[in-house]
Amino acid sequence: MSGGVAADASALLLEAIDVVRTYRLGRDVEVPALRGVSFQVDHGDYVAIVGSSGSGKSTLLNLLGVLDRPTSGQVRYDGRDVRELPDAELARLRNQRIGFVFQSFHLLPRLTAVDNVILPLVYRPGTKRERRERAEAALAAVGLADRMAHRPGELSGGQQQRVAIARALVTEPALVLADEPTGNLDTTTGEDIMALLESIQAEQDTALVVITHEPEIAHRAARTIVLRDGVIADGSSP
Amino acid sequence: MSAREAFRVAMQALIANRLRSALTTLGVLIGVMSVVLLVAIGQGARSEITGAIEGLGSNLLFVLPGDGDFGGGPRRSSFVLDDVERIDRELLGGGTRVAGYTIGSEVLQAEGERLTATVLAVTAGYPAVLSRELARGQGLTESDVVTARRVAVLGATTAETLFPGQDPIGRTMAIGGVRYRVVGVLARVGGGGSPFGPDQDRNVLVPITSGQRLFGTDRLDAIFVRATATQTVEADRAVVRRVLAQRLDAEEFSVISQDEIIGVVGDILQILTLVLAAIAGISLLVGGVGVSNIMLVSVSERTREIGLRKALGARTRDITRQFLLEAIVLTGIGGAIGLALGIAGAQLVAALAPVPAEVTGWSIALALGVSVAVGLVFGVLPARRAGQLDPVAALRRD
Repeated sequence: MSGGVAADASALLLEAIDVVRTYRLGRDVEVPALRGVSFQVDHGDYVAIVGSSGSGKSTLLNLLGVLDRPTSGQVRYDGRDVRELPDAELARLRNQRIGFVFQSFHLLPRLTAVDNVILPLVYRPGTKRERRERAEAALAAVGLADRMAHRPGELSGGQQQRVAIARALVTEPALVLADEPTGNLDTTTGEDIMALLESIQAEQDTALVVITHEPEIAHRAARTIVLRDGVIADGSSP
Repeated sequence: MSAREAFRVAMQALIANRLRSALTTLGVLIGVMSVVLLVAIGQGARSEITGAIEGLGSNLLFVLPGDGDFGGGPRRSSFVLDDVERIDRELLGGGTRVAGYTIGSEVLQAEGERLTATVLAVTAGYPAVLSRELARGQGLTESDVVTARRVAVLGATTAETLFPGQDPIGRTMAIGGVRYRVVGVLARVGGGGSPFGPDQDRNVLVPITSGQRLFGTDRLDAIFVRATATQTVEADRAVVRRVLAQRLDAEEFSVISQDEIIGVVGDILQILTLVLAAIAGISLLVGGVGVSNIMLVSVSERTREIGLRKALGARTRDITRQFLLEAIVLTGIGGAIGLALGIAGAQLVAALAPVPAEVTGWSIALALGVSVAVGLVFGVLPARRAGQLDPVAALRRD
């Protein structure tokens, strides 16, 4: 693990600058979820974002995943301010730079493992054959070469999460965002999944940001950011 | 996402919900089927009727009571036999070119057989002017007309019904209780009867004079004039007008060409066809609403899928296109099957029922075009809703 502490600007992947995200409930009620959060993630970094329920973790994940835009402040990817990018550009950014791993896997039940992994590839140019080859390679890399044609319902929780990881990696993203990746798994399987994510992070120089409420998961990361009540309580600077 | 890929994804989703897709398709299917079938029937009626009018020969002029306004209802005729003779004297060349008739319906009886048929009391020239050919025996003569002889020429169906398996020539029969002798049988016109016109083989011709006595009238219901050529139709029309105007007021008669009648009848039946198409179109519309409804259900069921696809890089446009394509595939399949069933139904109707049916190119194009358009129009709302889902909210939903 590199730890990703690099001083030069070229290593910088994403940057949150005084990020505020406020939700409006009804007409006059505003609920602040994030109240000025700043930190950086470099290429190949391994960061854990920790916090209890309601600390703003999920909001931060959505912002880092460019599924959402900040109310104020900036989230910058490769130096570009997310707030200034149109929706189609954000979609392209998600497709090309970010891989998502969700707590509940989010696999499409009617598709086979390999078709689930192909999913992000259909939103970029390429032939059917190329997509299939890449998806099969990604599944093989997570140890599921013999489960290609299985549907999610025919796979264990750990295997499903591996399919989801293969889906996140098949696009060769710069950043893997894992939201409670072990939350629905038993301890042993959770260990395996974390080990898999870490090996990928190390081997492919992919930045890995894990959001978790479990301290033992957080401790594995090179760096930990602790969120409390929408602000960083600890670890904002690398 | 490429169009091919989008189509594949749409098909996957539709196949995953086979039963629902099939039922949704059904609405459009029935709509398209009814459009094709009803238009075929309307079109069939139109060509049968115009065909029957054309079958009377060409270059005909119809002299009818009234001023020619079809909306005015039937008029009492002012024509008498002398009008036919006066027109005949004025027209030059071409042999027998003028005929007239009075029409009625009477019970025919012969040797225990009974039949209600159309009785045409005609001048001797009627078969020649209206292209009716004799199959057996002889036709009506001038002398039959002058002496009001009780002789009859039977239509083919009439002959078969009244005299099954026998030669009717020389036999006697009763028309409205009056004895007549059969002198001839007309050649079969064919086409049978349809709800759109009388059976031209189920009639009997008698001399105009004896027929008028039968019906208790001295009038003619119509006069027919055959022009020798298309170019002389107008000249003949002028002659007929001039002759009749000597005795009648302008609003008591009208002289209409065969083409004008075909045009008017054709227009009326075209409107009928369009009305049928419009009624069937309503069921297509209802089918479209069904598609819209199911697509909305589908979008709300697949909220998480939409959120996931967006997280994986789908643009609003990709999602919208995917759902729109699903709707179009649904209605397109419904349209294609409905079209096939409509054509099969039209053939079945034409084969089994006395209603003619004719599938036309435009109704096929219309049905398919409309069904795809229905998918587009009724798919837009659900598809836009899908495309605009907030990925964060969509992913959170369970």
